[in-house]
Amino acid sequence: MTATAHGVGKEDWRGSAQRLATLVRKESLQIVRDPSSILIAFVLPAVLLFLFGYGVSLDTARTRVGLVIESQRPLTQDLAASFQASRYFEVSIGRDRRDFEEALVLGRVRGLIIVPATFTSDFAAQKNPSIQVIVDGSDPNTASFVQNYTQGVVANWAALRGAEVAAHPPPISVEQRFWFNAELKSRNFLVPGSIAIVMTLVGTLLTSLVVAREWERGTMEAIMATPVTATELLAGKILPYFLLGLTSMTLCVALAVLLFGVPFRGSLLALYALSASFLVPALGQGLLISAATKNQFLASQVALISAFLPAFLLSGFLFEISSMPTVIQWVTMIVPARYLIPSLQTVFLAGDIWPMFLRDIAIMLLIGAVLFLLAARSTQKRIA
Amino acid sequence: MWWTRLKALIIKELLAVLRDPKGRAILIGPPIVQLLVFSYAATLEVRNVDLLVLNRDGGKWGYELVQRIQGAPTFRRITFAQTPAALHDAIDRQRVIAAVHIGPTFSRDIEAGRPADVQIILDGRRSNASQIVGGYLNQIVATLAADTPAGQRAATAAVSVVARNWFNPNLIYQWFMVPNLVASIALLIGLVVTALSIARERELGTFDQLMVSPLRTHEILIGKLAAPMLIGTFHITIYILAAIFVFGVPLRGSLVLLYGSAIFYLGSVVGLGLFISALSKTQQQAILGAFLFLVPAMLLSGFATPIENMPEWLQPITLVNPLRYFLVIVKGVFLKDLPLSEIARNTMPLALIALFTLSAAAWLFRRRLE
Repeated sequence: MTATAHGVGKEDWRGSAQRLATLVRKESLQIVRDPSSILIAFVLPAVLLFLFGYGVSLDTARTRVGLVIESQRPLTQDLAASFQASRYFEVSIGRDRRDFEEALVLGRVRGLIIVPATFTSDFAAQKNPSIQVIVDGSDPNTASFVQNYTQGVVANWAALRGAEVAAHPPPISVEQRFWFNAELKSRNFLVPGSIAIVMTLVGTLLTSLVVAREWERGTMEAIMATPVTATELLAGKILPYFLLGLTSMTLCVALAVLLFGVPFRGSLLALYALSASFLVPALGQGLLISAATKNQFLASQVALISAFLPAFLLSGFLFEISSMPTVIQWVTMIVPARYLIPSLQTVFLAGDIWPMFLRDIAIMLLIGAVLFLLAARSTQKRIA
Repeated sequence: MWWTRLKALIIKELLAVLRDPKGRAILIGPPIVQLLVFSYAATLEVRNVDLLVLNRDGGKWGYELVQRIQGAPTFRRITFAQTPAALHDAIDRQRVIAAVHIGPTFSRDIEAGRPADVQIILDGRRSNASQIVGGYLNQIVATLAADTPAGQRAATAAVSVVARNWFNPNLIYQWFMVPNLVASIALLIGLVVTALSIARERELGTFDQLMVSPLRTHEILIGKLAAPMLIGTFHITIYILAAIFVFGVPLRGSLVLLYGSAIFYLGSVVGLGLFISALSKTQQQAILGAFLFLVPAMLLSGFATPIENMPEWLQPITLVNPLRYFLVIVKGVFLKDLPLSEIARNTMPLALIALFTLSAAAWLFRRRLE
C-alpha cells in the first residue's frame, strides 16, 4: 500500500516537473521570438538608466538670472563680481529691471536680482541694506533654488566684506556632512532607484501583457484543457519572467557601476536577495492584472496605473513620502517598490545593513504572497 | 458621400474604444486617479521629516538650539540619542534623515565669544531632500547665532535679501504640477489609444476588411486620427476644469489660444501614435513601443527637471519632443498670460512635428498596402 502510494506520488511529481519544464520552454521561446519583450527587458532598461544617469538631474546647473545694478559703484560692482563668480548662476547684467521683466515672463531668465540705488549708502551707514530677488514662481523648485543661492552668495559676500572691515568670526560654525554620497550627485540615488522601475516593467507590465494575450486569444483555455494544474500553469508563466527580471537587473547594475560610476558598497548576495524578493510581488501583480482584465489594452493601462506610476511616485524614488498627505502615505504602504528602493540605494551607497534589508524583504514577500493567492483564486474561478 | 463614409469610420473608432464598459472605465478612472495622486503626492517640498539630536552640551545655548529645532514646523518627530553609535545606527537604517550633533563645549564657547561648533549629519542616499533639510537647519542655527552676544554685535552689518515670487506668490506646488499634467495626460492617452487602433485591427484580422471597404487610405487615416483627438481634447478639458475649480490654479491667459495650440499638439501626438502603430505587428508591440517613447518624452520635457539642467549635448534631443513645447504653452497661459507671439513660437514646432509624423505614417501605410 505504502509502496503504491509512494509510487503514485513520485509519478505525479515527475509528471508535474515535466509539464512545468514544457511550459517554461514554451514561455521562454515566446520571449525570445517576440522582439518587443527584448525591447522591454534590455533596451528600455538601458534607455531609462541613460536618462536617469544624464537627463534627469536634480542638481541645479547654472541657472540664468538677470542682475540689475541700479547704480554702478565700486561696492555694487564687487557684489556683481561675486554673482558672476558663483557656479550656480549665469548672470546677465542690466541697469533697469524693465530690461528683464519680459525675459522673466518668457522664461528666458529664472529670476531677477535687484541691487537698489541706495544700496551703497545703506551699506556704508549700516542701515539695513537690502537686495531684492524676483523669481519665476511657475516652477517652484527652481524658484526656491534661486532664492537660496542668492541668499548664499549675498551672505558670503557680506561675510567677506565684514571680515575686511572688522574681524567678526561667525559665532556658530556649522559643519555639514553628507554621508554615503559626499559629492551630492543625484545620479547616485536616481540610478539605483530606476533599477526598481525597470524590474516593475519586466515583472508587472510585460507579464500582464503576455498572460492577457493568452486570455484574449483563447489559448489560456486551451492550456487549461490539458492536465496542467493551475499551480503549474502559474509557475510556468512566472519562472521565465523571474529570470528575465533578474537578468535585466544585472544589466542595469553593470551599467550603473561601469558606465555611470555609481559606487557599489554592499554585497551581491544582498542585491540578489532584495531583487528576487521584489520580483515576487511584481510578478504576482502582473498575473492578477491579466487574470482580472483578460485584455491587453486594459492590462497595459492597469499595469501602468497600479504598478509603474506608484513605483515612480509613491516609492520615495523622486518624492519624499513624509511630505505627502496622510492618506497617500497609507497607500504607499502597499507599494512594493517603496521597500525595495531605500534598500537598493543602501546596497549601492552605504553597504550591507541587514536589519533593514530583512525587514524590507519580509514585507515584500508578504505582499507577494497575498497577490499570488489572489491571482491563483481568480485563475481558478475562470476554470470553473 | 466621402463624409458619410468618414463619419461612419469615426463613430466606429470611438465605439471600438468606448463600447466596452471596462474600456470606458479605463479612460476615465485612471486619469482622475493620476490627477489626484500626481498633484498631491508629487512634491519636492520636504515636510514632516524625523530628526535626531545628540546634545552633549549641558548649558543654556544647546538647550536653546534644541528648543528652536523642536519648534520648527518642518520636523515631525525629534528623537534624542545618547551616543554617537546610536546616531550612526539611526542614519544607517534611515530612521531619520538628519542628525544634529551639539558638542560638549557649545555653550561655554558661545559665552566666551569663541566660535562654537555644531555638526549636521545628513543622509546622502536622499541627497535632494537632505540638502533641503540641511538648509532649514542652517537657517535655525543662523538665527540662534544672531541672538548670541557676538552675533548681536555683528548684526548691523548684515545684508537682507527680500524675495518676491512672480506668477505664483506662495510657490504653491500644485500651480506648477496641474498645468504640467494637462499636457502630459493628453500625450499618455492620445499615444496609447492611437498606437493600439491599427495594431488591434491587424491582430484581429479586421484591418483587411477595412482595406476592401470603399474607404480611401487617407480617409482611413483621418478616421483613425479623429477619434483619439476627440478623446484627447476631452481629457484636456477635464483637466483644465479641475485645475481651475478643484485646485484653484489662476487662468490668466486665453483659453482660445490654449485650445488653438492644443489642436497642433494633439495632431503631433496622434501622428506619433499612428507611426508606432504602423510599425508594430501586434498589440503588445504597439503598447510597448508607445511606452518606449512615452518615458523619455516625459523625462526630457522640462516636466521633471528643467531642460537647462541637462547636459548640453542632450538638450538638442528635446527639440523633437512635442511635450516640451506644449508644457511652455499650458503653464504660460495659466500662470503668466503668455503673449500671442510666444505661443505661436511654440506652436510652430508642434505643427512641423505633426506634419512630419502624419506624412510618415501615411507613407508607411501605403507602402504596407502595396
